[in-house]
Amino acid sequence: MPVWEKYILPASLQEALEAAASAPGTARFIAGGTDLLLDLQQGRHPPVHTLIDITALAETTALEIRSDELFIGAAVPLSRIVQSPLVIEHAQALAEASALIGGPQVRNTASLGGNVCHALPAADGAIALLALDASAEIADRRGCRRAPLGELFLGPGRSALDPRAELLTGFYLPLKSSGQASAHRRVMRPQGVAIAILNMAIWLARHDDLIQDIRIAVGPAGPKPLRAVQTEGFLRGKPYRKETIAPGLDVLLAETHFRTSPHRATAEYRRRLAGVLLEDALQAAWQRAGESSEHQTVI
Amino acid sequence: MELKINGKHVSIEPESGEMLVDLLRERLGLTGVKVGCNESECGACTVIVNGEPVLSCTYPSAKAAGKDVWTIEGLASLSPVHLPASVEQEDLLRGLHPLQQAFVLYGAVQCGFCIPGQLMTAHALLSRNPNPTQADIRYALKDTLCRCAGYPTIERAVLAAAESLRSGKPVQPPEIPASHTPLEVIGTVQIRPDAVEKVTGEAIYTDDLKFPGMLHGRVKRAGIPHGIVRRLDVSKARALSGVVAVLTAEDIPGERYHGLVIFDWPTLVGVGERVRYVGDSVAIVAAESREIASQALELIEVEYEPLEPICDPVAARSPDAPAIHPQGNLLKHIKVRKGDVEQGFAESEIILEHTFHTAFTDHAFIEPECSIARPTEDGRMEVYVGSQIPYADRNQVARALGWPEERVRVIGQLMGGGFGGKEDVMGQIHAALLANATGRPVKLLFDRHESLLVHPKRHATQIRVKMGAKRDGTLVAVETELYGDTGAYASLGEKVMTRATTHSTGPYEMPHVRADCYAMYTNNPPAGAFRGFGVTQSAFAIESMMDMLAEKLGLDRVEIRRKNALKVGSVTNTGQFLDESVGLKECIDQVIAEMDRLIGQGGDPAARFASRSVPGAPHLRRAWGFAVAFKNTGLGGGAPDKAGAEVELFADGSLEVRTSSAELGQGLVTVLRMIVAQEFNQSPSKVKVLVMDTDLTPDGGPTTASRQTYVTGNAALYAARTLRQAIASTLAEKYDVPPEQVRFVEGLAQVNGFSLPLGEVVAEMRAEGREPRALYEYWAPATSPLGTGGKMHFAYSFAAQAAEVEVNTRTGETRVLRVIAANDVGRALNPLGLQGQVEGGVVMGMGNALTEHFVVENGRVFTDRMARYRIPSIIQTPEIISLVVEHPTAEGPYGAKGVGEIVSIPTTPAITNAIYNAVGVRIDSLPVDQEKILLALESSR
Repeated sequence: MPVWEKYILPASLQEALEAAASAPGTARFIAGGTDLLLDLQQGRHPPVHTLIDITALAETTALEIRSDELFIGAAVPLSRIVQSPLVIEHAQALAEASALIGGPQVRNTASLGGNVCHALPAADGAIALLALDASAEIADRRGCRRAPLGELFLGPGRSALDPRAELLTGFYLPLKSSGQASAHRRVMRPQGVAIAILNMAIWLARHDDLIQDIRIAVGPAGPKPLRAVQTEGFLRGKPYRKETIAPGLDVLLAETHFRTSPHRATAEYRRRLAGVLLEDALQAAWQRAGESSEHQTVI
Repeated sequence: MELKINGKHVSIEPESGEMLVDLLRERLGLTGVKVGCNESECGACTVIVNGEPVLSCTYPSAKAAGKDVWTIEGLASLSPVHLPASVEQEDLLRGLHPLQQAFVLYGAVQCGFCIPGQLMTAHALLSRNPNPTQADIRYALKDTLCRCAGYPTIERAVLAAAESLRSGKPVQPPEIPASHTPLEVIGTVQIRPDAVEKVTGEAIYTDDLKFPGMLHGRVKRAGIPHGIVRRLDVSKARALSGVVAVLTAEDIPGERYHGLVIFDWPTLVGVGERVRYVGDSVAIVAAESREIASQALELIEVEYEPLEPICDPVAARSPDAPAIHPQGNLLKHIKVRKGDVEQGFAESEIILEHTFHTAFTDHAFIEPECSIARPTEDGRMEVYVGSQIPYADRNQVARALGWPEERVRVIGQLMGGGFGGKEDVMGQIHAALLANATGRPVKLLFDRHESLLVHPKRHATQIRVKMGAKRDGTLVAVETELYGDTGAYASLGEKVMTRATTHSTGPYEMPHVRADCYAMYTNNPPAGAFRGFGVTQSAFAIESMMDMLAEKLGLDRVEIRRKNALKVGSVTNTGQFLDESVGLKECIDQVIAEMDRLIGQGGDPAARFASRSVPGAPHLRRAWGFAVAFKNTGLGGGAPDKAGAEVELFADGSLEVRTSSAELGQGLVTVLRMIVAQEFNQSPSKVKVLVMDTDLTPDGGPTTASRQTYVTGNAALYAARTLRQAIASTLAEKYDVPPEQVRFVEGLAQVNGFSLPLGEVVAEMRAEGREPRALYEYWAPATSPLGTGGKMHFAYSFAAQAAEVEVNTRTGETRVLRVIAANDVGRALNPLGLQGQVEGGVVMGMGNALTEHFVVENGRVFTDRMARYRIPSIIQTPEIISLVVEHPTAEGPYGAKGVGEIVSIPTTPAITNAIYNAVGVRIDSLPVDQEKILLALESSR
């Protein structure tokens, strides 16, 4: 039995949603399909009747400023995100994260929406989006709604979206202001599956030598991509210096749940890497924020 | 749907579940597009869609509607201008895209299987970035894997093509040093005979073949590591529409077991019989399509009585371990004895002992196994397959069919890499059984998952080394004990572990040796031949020990090796007197000289291996590491080592050399062509090479043990000389001169001032009743069995390598920056091919050290997808400096000895020694685990 029966390329959002609702068997939306197609081919996902390709829709392929936000369509290929001047300007962590997903050929078809819908706790795209305070735009036949990104994740590999009725159309990200910046960092191992041992994205706003505001996302640190809100709270308003980061790491280690995953890393190793990534991502974001606000502080 | 393919409008409807690669290959015949992994990992299937490279194995064909698709078949037509190449290459390269020309000229083409993907990815890069940097090329080609690891040549070729495209000038050829003593052809840079077809997509590999009425075969695998088959019911599978045959053990007409040395491998495991690993076969299916065959596998019902698997060789040797085979779990106890090791330790002033572990690794050739069996009208069976040992395939297929060997013809196909992993029979017998049962051609293609599960691996090995020395570093006694995990079946396990054992004391002189190896059966996948053949493992252990000894004694690690190095006049641990061709010291000297040049510390030995921090990044530590190695050429140990070759002259003046020896990408065809061209003083382009056909080519023996340049090379050499003499005697009679006065110059035979085109001699010979061809069976010098103290091998190659690594002390991450490799190859017959072997060998050795880990847990394979088994990419490729050392061996063709394995062997210990030098962490288990490095660093802080 073929792993899909019908593959359709609707030209409008409405058509795509109708197709999902009216398909005679199971239907799934697909963009690059670089995860879904492998799951289908290798039997981890049961065969589906209809695959509804969303890469020809205006709504899912836009990458533009919409009033005071950056909109990135769910089906925009990662290679376009990596090169987009808008993303590099307003969401550098996302540009960095997107450049790490898959390989060059995969990034020409793989989408940010797919990275998020796959709902892995260490998905580089999802981690960057979380730190950038992205919200998701979700369409159904009644219209569009917005939801905080974190609400899309139920658990490892489990998305909150209703595959039959809901289509993730894209992401809204706040635009960067002076003194704000972001960075994404990860550590891999050269053997085995190309999933980060640990990754982290940090967005911050800098005022003189103070971390005025900060958002930290880290994975895998639990069943879902994690916002380290307690660490953020600890660091917020504090000066950027070693004496701040060391206790900040203690807070981070207290609020994360690093696991040992066979063939990838022990929890102990991840705890060590958390410190490395916190320092590195924080430093990168801090320096960038300084460049954007003409301040320079080095510790 | 409508789309454009290679510039032409195509109207075709997509099928359910169809990927673009299937549409291109199966329905449009564009077989230049290759499938390596079918899981988005290897990049071989890369095509260009709307200007961007994408993976056609994971791209629904329906999605290509309205798009502009380019495959390798269309690349030449995208050439902006048809540039004239240099005059001598004009004919060869005319009409090719500069990228294709550059790949041919730079030797970037080896097995060729990844090349379409490399070229299309590179083309997309140059289309948007006409002036790429090295970093740009590496970024773009990161996931287009090449297991021959021609990454440095690919990089240089892309740069040269970009330059040509920008300037409009011909592609500039590479600067490759020739042999130090080049002849007219031998030792000069020559292009592979199959390079052009491999860059145009015209090269045909087994899976590219189709025959009318062809069925598709698949194999039902046991999926359990150990157990007894209690019930097997194939009736539902047989009843499935589209299934033509389902066979089980009782349907095998001939011998039920196969193997290369020992026939212990059941072709199908029958009811009441034992399953010994997850990849064992219980039934085979032939159906009208691969999908139906796969569906039929699901309908086969098997019940097993599960047994506790034996998962490691030490446990397998325990007296209470259950026996996996009737004769027990010990495949072979291999012993090397020299002197009196107890006395040696008593005389030693220092004794060190340490145990090392190496992992299973997989060949991961980009072309998975494929066999097609085709019954012929005259009652024979043809088997189309890329195999390293065509005559052994013929023998094993014939045995299973119960036929005389001559009824089977193996027609070898281009091979997308082998590295030792295509020596054992995989689908050949199954395809033949199905073809015999159905009377139709049957294709049996492994997917990557099946390839990883089933074929033999590199032996996981435990090696204990006890080393005794004098304070001045003189080695006195070495004792080694090896446990080799040969898995479920013997394959070449005994031979591999013998090589591991005889090489386990390194390329050093020492009076006292005791080496014991236990090659043990387990319920893991079988282990067999893999480039390095056991020596990769033992070199890691002994070369680590040499550094440990040097440190303990406060001696220079290079000096201690020089002091003990084998030289002409040495006696090896097996008692062999080395009377010639031992270039080890020169390899050491050359590497050190190059290191000193790079480091610029005036040759201060202490500075060479010192740990340095990286300016601006104090957490990064760099250091060089050093290792040496030796590796036998040829089978040795008393095995008859022979090869046949036939050379024929045609009326058009061209020549053909024929032998069954295998071309797996390593370049044997180039070497054979060059030898024959040299002997006739003829242009290599006039020499055709036919290999791997058991009807048309004489037996060249197995392509293993770095033996083909030497053994088959000599067969071709002597066949050419025999033919030359026959021609000379014909002409001598005709012109009434002594045969010695007949000369051969560039396609002409010159006699007494006359010149006649070589081709005209054909008619002269025929008129005399002679055929213008000569067959020569070359027997390599006799060797003696292990334990008899004689000549164990007729030649050894030697090598030294230095590797520079960078270790991140915050994460343990390690990368290799530079490798200097000096190899004593006797004589560099084919410098372009040699460079490919050296660079590819170093990268493969680096993979063995850093990236590759074939994980088996409780007999079950964890790394059963390419996504879980990582081979090196272009991103990880270090700068590689190759130094060629030529200490000729008298019997070798023009002095040449083996190359294919030695180039890869010292890399792993050079890297792990470098890690120690950088951060003080001794790696004694492979692959390097960055987490362990970090934890070791913390505990030492």
